[in-house]
This record gives sequence, structure tokens and C-alpha cells, in this order.
Amino acid sequence: MSDFTGGFWGISVAVITLVSVVACGVFLKIQSTRRPALEAGEQADLHGNVWDGDLQEYNNPLPRWWMWLFYLTIAFALAYLIYYPGLGSFGGTSAWTSAGEHQAEVAQAEAQYGPLFNQYLKTDIVELARDPKANAIGQRLFLTYCAQCHGSDAGGGVEFPNLRDKDWLYGGDPATIKATIMNGRNGVMPPLGDALGGPQAVKEMANYVRSLSGLKHDAKLAQTAAPKFTICAGCHGADGKGGRAVGAPNLTDTIWLYGNSEDSIVATITAGRGANRLIPGQSAMPAHKDTLGEAKVHLLAAYVYSLGGGEPPLPAPAAEPASAPAAGPVAPAK
Amino acid sequence: MAAHDRVIPLTVVAPDAHEDHDQDLYEVRKKIYPRAVTGAFARWRWATVFITQLVFYGAPWLAWNERQAVLFDLAARKFYIFGLVLWPQDFIYLTALLIISAFSLFLFTAVAGRLWCGYACPQTVYTEIFLWIERKIEGKHLARMKLDGASLTARKFFLKAVKHGVWIALAFWTGFTFVGYFTPIKVLSGEFFTFTLGGWEAFWIVFYGFATYGNAGWMREQVCIYMCPYARFQGVMFDRDTLLITYDQTRGEPRGSRSKKADYKSQGLGDCVDCDICVQVCPTGIDIRNGQQYECIGCAACIDGCDQVMDKMGYPRGLIRYSTLNAVDRHFGWRDMLKRVFRPRVLAYTTILWIIIAAASVTLFLRVPFKVDVIRDRTALAREVEGGLIENVYRLQIMNTEEVPRNFMVSASGVRGLRVEGSQQPLAIGPAATQMIAVRLRAEPEAIEKGMHRIEFHVVASDASGNPQPDIFSIREKSMFYKP
Repeated sequence: MSDFTGGFWGISVAVITLVSVVACGVFLKIQSTRRPALEAGEQADLHGNVWDGDLQEYNNPLPRWWMWLFYLTIAFALAYLIYYPGLGSFGGTSAWTSAGEHQAEVAQAEAQYGPLFNQYLKTDIVELARDPKANAIGQRLFLTYCAQCHGSDAGGGVEFPNLRDKDWLYGGDPATIKATIMNGRNGVMPPLGDALGGPQAVKEMANYVRSLSGLKHDAKLAQTAAPKFTICAGCHGADGKGGRAVGAPNLTDTIWLYGNSEDSIVATITAGRGANRLIPGQSAMPAHKDTLGEAKVHLLAAYVYSLGGGEPPLPAPAAEPASAPAAGPVAPAK
Repeated sequence: MAAHDRVIPLTVVAPDAHEDHDQDLYEVRKKIYPRAVTGAFARWRWATVFITQLVFYGAPWLAWNERQAVLFDLAARKFYIFGLVLWPQDFIYLTALLIISAFSLFLFTAVAGRLWCGYACPQTVYTEIFLWIERKIEGKHLARMKLDGASLTARKFFLKAVKHGVWIALAFWTGFTFVGYFTPIKVLSGEFFTFTLGGWEAFWIVFYGFATYGNAGWMREQVCIYMCPYARFQGVMFDRDTLLITYDQTRGEPRGSRSKKADYKSQGLGDCVDCDICVQVCPTGIDIRNGQQYECIGCAACIDGCDQVMDKMGYPRGLIRYSTLNAVDRHFGWRDMLKRVFRPRVLAYTTILWIIIAAASVTLFLRVPFKVDVIRDRTALAREVEGGLIENVYRLQIMNTEEVPRNFMVSASGVRGLRVEGSQQPLAIGPAATQMIAVRLRAEPEAIEKGMHRIEFHVVASDASGNPQPDIFSIREKSMFYKP
């Protein structure tokens, strides 16, 4: 609407609308009082027009009370234009808007369906994960909001973690899973090619990383890179077992988010990983607390927990992970 | 001349309009008081009134396996018709039903004119019922005319109040029955008597009831003349061999009153005694002796009326009769008319109608009451899992449209060594339920080339321990397997 900052269009639309409505009434008045004159000898129930030489139309008059229905529609149109927006930029006396109606419907749906979800908020996630009814709801929510990236079976894929296994980037206890869904995660592996010292150094480091999880590697190249692993150890730990505080993956296990080929590891080190490819500007794992609300996230966390990889709850909720999305400047992925 | 032969002659009647040389495009509606009529065709009409209304008012009260036998559950999108449960996926059967209805209308109209309008249309049926009530309360057509013309007295007020009361009660019951096809009618009755009707239920009862009352009590022939599109296009389907309500002009004219004993032929008179009965009984207020008119709904009331007069006069019946324009012009007998029923357009309509009926019946009979849709995961096309196996993920939307629980097994083929991973078989689904399951397929990387491969899912009914029962259902659904 920014193109229509002046009042001209609004006024001209209003004028055209009003003139059209009034013209309908005038036309109706003319038509209903007109009594077409007939030439001598012409029969009265023919319309009087002749097409194609001999084609004529009968006059089949409509009942007069039907005509008042037409006037009624004109009265309706005028009342409508006063009550609802329709006359140019005039908003109508009812102040109705489609956005307002949508918001009212959302509020109504929230009032209607909110309690269905909210009733589960009181239940602990571990307990909820054993409730088949809650899991059925959780599965439907998962298929709607999560399956696009994590897969319909929650098995993940390249760059999207598998939620069924026991390997967790940030932790698999109920509170952490919930915090991950609520606030999102934006762990990033920075590009380290230059820091390591060029393509040859990266190739050496890739061989070292492969050696950590017992994959086939060139031992000589790996040895050369070993001292430089201090650059990586800040996040992945000196032993390469990863760090959950920043979501740095364990490099010594068999689970690889971006594949374990030398080429893939070289690409990871050289260019980094973790920016959201699908939604520019978004963190890799988006936050859901505003779009879904806590009750649905609670059910989702319970569903994910029920898939088999969940870890026992942390002993004391002293450290509140829900308020601290791991946003370390250097959070690698493998 | 040949071209002229194909035109259905419409005789132009100019009532008293000759004196003033202009005309109105709108006119005050003249109320029609149709005279009651008895006879063979009126009996046919009453028979269809009874049959259609018995079905309409009765069907919602029938039960089938602890549910309403005929119920259209819009909220759950399940449509119960006795043993059959139709889902939105079965929409094609509604299409078939509509096509069958349309072609039946074409066929009947080509053969015998507006049979539907005259005997079975709800507008005709409810008008007949409402007229009957009117007659029982206000008296015959002449008494009704007199009553309407008289000034308002206590008696007139009482009669009108009773009439409208009965009409509204019947209309309400009609609306109630209509809504009873969508909300179980016993639940609806309970809600009605406890004043807990839902807003939309109440609206549709009132709306449908009001439409019945308005159309059958007040609008009547105006619906057919001004509103109904079928009324207009049926006229286009007539030809010179279509059975229509026809006045035999050569036999009837010149019309005129005469003594029963007089030798009217020597007076130069035809068989029409100009008694006007055919005009008085007409529900749309036309004079059939003026020829075919678009207002004629083909109810044959004028045939019944005229036949009674012919009987009284001792003349042969059928001065007004079902006949074709060709038959009237060329003096055909029944045999000639029958021969001309088998003309190309009738045969074409009949053939198409039977083909569609047969196709719809066969597909309904062979319909698999268990439906499977395969939806492939789209973001992650494939993944590599332990041992280097390639895994693809699919969602199977399973719909059990029958009202019995089922067990079933899922397998897949098309790629060597393809197997379903992880889910416990057999799977179970409740009666008339739908379920979404995630299925993982795995294949050896060596078994296939990179790229897409055609595969097929097999969903087969089984017993609880997994023994396949393919005679209950065995469904194949195509999909793709991808190796990156």
C-alpha cells in the first residue's frame, strides 16, 4: 500500500463504487417503469426486437415483488459499505479487518486447544515419554515441525543430527533437549584453513582426525598435524571427545554429521560448518518457543526423549541450561 | 420447410393486450388456486410422494451396527451408507452419482418430457403435500378463493393460523430430518428437547425448514418458472418424438359448450366442451390448449381432469394426452410412437448411462477398503548408516476405511536386498482410523548405482502373528529409492 500514499485513489474508488450502486438503482427504476411501445399490429407479449430475420423474444414478466428484492440488494450494498471497509480507504464503522479476524480465530483456537497441550506441562518429561497418548501428539507435532530436517523417523541426515541414537551434541537429558528446542542452537565450526597454514596442513589435519576414530589414514601426515590440534582442542578437547558446552562433536566415535571421507573433513576444516543453509540468518537449529509455545515444546521434548537415546535427568537443576543457548564463537562440528 | 418441421410450434396467446399498445416488464403475480384432481396420473404422483418421503423421513432413524445407518459425518469426513463407509478419497463416487443423475434426466426428458418435474422433484412433491394440507383446512379451490377475497374475520384468521401452523410444523420436521443426516438424529432429538442445539444445527434446521415452507407454501410455481435452471434446459432436449402433454387440436376444435344430447358434429363443433377444467387444475396456471409452453411442468393434471369430462360426455378419452408432436400431426398410433423411441439420441443417452452405471458399480465392488499413500522424505533424500548401508525414509499414510481393526505387514521390492528396517511387524490399525508411520528402507551400496531407483511398497493384511492374508487386501504403491 506504500504506493498509495495520497488520498486520490481511495477517493476515486469510493466515488466509482457509490456511482455504480446508485446507477444500479436508477437503471432498475427506468426498466421497471418503462412500458415498451408497440407498433400497430404487433402482439403485446413479444419483446419487439427481431434478430436474424424472424427470431423474436417473448416478454415473460417477472413478478413485481421480485423487483423489490433488487432494491433490497442495493440497500444491503449501502449498509455493507457503511459497516465494513469497502469505500476506498474508509475503514467502516465496525473497524473490521481480516487481520483482526485472523487474530480472533487464533485466540479462539488457543482457548480451545491450548488446554489439551497445557495439561501435559505439569508432567515430568521422563514420565511423559512413557505416556502413549502424549507420544501420539508428540509424533504428530514432530512430523509437522521437525521432520523436514530430522527426517520422519527422527533419524537425521547429512548436517541434521540423528535423534534416535545415544550421541548428543549438547546433551540428551530431558532439560537439555527441551532447552535445545525452546531456544535453538547455533553451534558453528569456523573456517580454520588459514589458521592451520594452507591446504597441505588441512590435509594433514584431516588425516589426524580420521586417525582419532580409527579410520584409514596416512600415519605420516597425521603425525605432522598432531601438534597443531591445540587449535581444535579449545572446543573438541585435547582428546578430541568433543565439548557439550559449545556443541562440539566427538571426533573419536563413528558418528559423522557431515561424512567421514577425507574430502568432507577437508571441506569442514577449510570452510567451516553450521550456518543455516535453509533459512538465511537463522541459527542452525531454530528457536521454537515463540512459534510453538512451551506446552508443545514440552510434548516434543518428551517424544524425542522416548525415541531411545535419552540420557537420565541431570541431578541438580543448579545450572539452568534453558536460558543459555550455546553460542560460543568457536563451536565446531565434524 | 424441412427446417420449419423441426421447430416446436408455440402458439402465441395475446390476452387482452391488443387494446393498449405497451406492456410491463414486471407484473403483479396472480395467485393460482389449482383445483384438486384425481385419476391415474395423480395416483402415480402420490405414489412417488409416499415413496420419496418415506425414504427421506425414515432413513435417518435406521440403525446399523450401533450407529446410524445413513450418516454424513462432515466433521470426521466419513460418510456412512449402511455397510459402506466412504472417505473423502472416494469422492469419485459422488461424481459418478451426479453423472448418472444428469444422464438419467437427459434420457427421461428425451423420451417423455419433464417426468422429473411432474412427479418426483421436491418442489412438486412438497407443493403437493402443502396443497393437500391447505385443502383439508381451507376447503376446495373455490372456497380458498372466496376466503382470500373476504375481509378478515375470526374464522378466516383461525383457518389461516391453523394452516400456517401445520405448514411450519411440517417444514420444521423436514429441516430437522435434513440435519439428522449430518448429526446423528437421536443425538439431535436429545439436544432439541434439552435446548442444547448447536448454533449451526439450529441454523440449518431453520434455514432448510424455512426454504421448505417458503417454496412449497408461498413460491410454488414461481420456483419452476423463474428460478429453476433445469426447467429451462429440459425444454431444449425435447424433439418432435418426445412424449409431451398434448392437446389434440384437430379433434378438439372448434371448442364450445353444447348439450350432452346434441349432435355437436353437425353443429360444427370439436370434442372440446370448453369446460376450463384443464386450466383450473393446472398448478402453473396455463392453458394447455395453447400448445407447448415453458411453464408446463408435465404433471398431467390436465389429462386426468379432461379424461373425467370426456367420460361424463361419453366421448373417447385422450383429448389431452401424452403424445408426440409427430404423432399428433401424422396421426401415429402407439406402435409408431414406440418405434421412434429408439432414435439415435435416446440410444446414445442409454448407452452412456449404462456404461457409467456399470463402471461405477464395478469400481465400487472392487474398491479396496484399505488405502496407502507413500510420502517420501524430501529434505534428506538419503543417509548412510552403520556398515555403509544406504537408508531412505518414507511416511506411509495408512487409512483403514472399514469398521474392523486390521493387522498388516509392510515390505518393499525393486532394489536387490532392499529391506524394511526397524518397525515391529505386523503393524496394527484401529477400525475406521488413519495412521502415519515412518518406514526406513535399507540397501547395500554395492547393489545399486547412484541415483533414483523405482521401488514398490507392498502392504498386505495379516493375522496378529504376521501370517499374510492377501485375500483381505494386498496393496502395491510405487515410490523411489535414492543412492547419493
